[in-house]
Amino acid sequence: MTGTGKVRRVGVDLQDSDDTRSLVEAIEADNPDVELLHMPGLVKVTTTGELVIRRESVEKLLGREWETHEFQLSIVSYSGNIAEWDDDKIVIKWEH
Amino acid sequence: MAKLSMRERYSLLTRDLDWTPTYVDPKIVYPYTRYEGIKIHDWDSWEDPFRLTVDSYCKYQAEKDKKLYAVIDSFAQGQGHLLLTDARYLNAVKLFLQGVTPLEYQAHRHFGFLARHLDGPGPRFAALCQSIDELRHTQTEIHTISQYNKYYGGLHNWSQMHDRVWYLSVPKSFFDDGLSAGPFEFLTAISFSFEYFLTNLLFVPFMSGASFNGDLATMTFGFSAQSDESRHMTLGLGVLKFMLEQDEDNVPILQDWIDKWFWRGYRLLSLVAAMMDYMLPKKVMSWKEAFELYLEEQMLNGLFPDLEYYGIRPPRHVEQAITEKEYMSHQVYWVLYNFSHAAAFNTTIPTAEELDWLSASYPDTFDRYYRPLWDRAQQIADSGGRFFYGGLPMLCQVCQIPMGFTEPGDPTTISVRSSEFRQERYNFCSDGCKWIFDREPEKYVQAWLPVHQIYQGNCGGASIPDVLAWYGMQPGDGGEYGASPDKASWDEWHAQAAAGGAE
Repeated sequence: MTGTGKVRRVGVDLQDSDDTRSLVEAIEADNPDVELLHMPGLVKVTTTGELVIRRESVEKLLGREWETHEFQLSIVSYSGNIAEWDDDKIVIKWEH
Repeated sequence: MAKLSMRERYSLLTRDLDWTPTYVDPKIVYPYTRYEGIKIHDWDSWEDPFRLTVDSYCKYQAEKDKKLYAVIDSFAQGQGHLLLTDARYLNAVKLFLQGVTPLEYQAHRHFGFLARHLDGPGPRFAALCQSIDELRHTQTEIHTISQYNKYYGGLHNWSQMHDRVWYLSVPKSFFDDGLSAGPFEFLTAISFSFEYFLTNLLFVPFMSGASFNGDLATMTFGFSAQSDESRHMTLGLGVLKFMLEQDEDNVPILQDWIDKWFWRGYRLLSLVAAMMDYMLPKKVMSWKEAFELYLEEQMLNGLFPDLEYYGIRPPRHVEQAITEKEYMSHQVYWVLYNFSHAAAFNTTIPTAEELDWLSASYPDTFDRYYRPLWDRAQQIADSGGRFFYGGLPMLCQVCQIPMGFTEPGDPTTISVRSSEFRQERYNFCSDGCKWIFDREPEKYVQAWLPVHQIYQGNCGGASIPDVLAWYGMQPGDGGEYGASPDKASWDEWHAQAAAGGAE
């Protein structure tokens, strides 16, 4: 359904909610090759290599302040390793 | 003073507030972290990537709970249960809530134990947060149980049933196996294998199924729990990599645990496979598709190349699981169908539409091996009967599932393995379960096998009604859905609506 099994993708599964729409847009803007898979109640966002979520991009789209910790309210699951999570960005990738 | 960064706050909480004991030997303060053979040289090198602190934990958990209970309240006020696709759907929820709610509570207790007994402050705090999360999950699931328990059967005695009922011994014995292991094996079993490796197959398609079938209550507790789950996944993967990095001697021990807990968890998920393919009136994806997406694609092609770096290979017996994706759900649901007269959920023959969906989803196996079973069941139903299996099944000594699985690659021969230990013979459903037994026979000979217990006279009597009374079930909790009180109530409520509403 996603990819061929040869390219290693990383991704997050997010609740399909109002805030999530801006999150998904921010992810699409900041990452190349984003694929979306909609399932009832959730959306699966994947990309190749690494997936970055930037606070600035999310804030611009939401039109309000957004702490990276707030991402916890939307996330359902993820595939990869959370390599960085600080005040400005979250990075998910495979390490090796 | 400027606001501290996440990194600084986390460091202050987990490093600054910790101290090294000097009056008492650390081995006495933390007595459980050495006997399993795992060597840890530097606990401080473990960091929670979430960098969670008390303030942010409380803030976001409170917000999650507010959202969740607002939905549950409006669900209750708006008679949300009437908006389900069909009351038949609830049998999936019953199986889930009966099986999983008590596990959440056990997880709460055991992570509380780890929050005291791990040597490092980072993993201790992560375990504390998880302990509180698991209690929250227990509570939200009990609130969901209470919504449905007002109108439907099967959910009135879930706690006692967990300790007694045959199919619930599958999840119970799985978790007891983890609880009775040492802390590092528990973390590998529950945090890594279950929460990271397999959880997506349990929660994600199931909660999406709840959403698709109009079940706001389950969808909401599910997604709310799952938002904590991503933290638990992180703990699981983090703790595994931490152990692998600490000492090369840890690698073979962890490989063994990954092998064992993959198969334990995978067998447990066979109940989920049956729910997804048979118990959701509106299907989200087949078990096979979910397995390919979450297990083969994300884990075997994503995670395991990462772990290879440490000398870890994909779990033993995983090829068998891949072969079984074509037939596992069918075999397990057939067992549930045959034995639901002794269960606290109802089963029924899939509709013609569903049978066609199964044919399309399993083109290589369904029409050839499983549709004929349903055709037979339908013939019996057409002449006014209902096929239930009259005897008691033989159970696998390890996973405790009735022996209904077949030989890999041969869907017509039941697979039976056995081992002898202290002049007794023990039976298993698969190479995976036999391998697990042979590693630790002293542990698994103690298994509380529901069928053996009935034969030994420990379950209220020798007849099915005696045993069901001892299980704490009520008439109508189990059996054929078409003849169930749930269906009768559902038809009555919806007939009122069709006739212009109730008085």
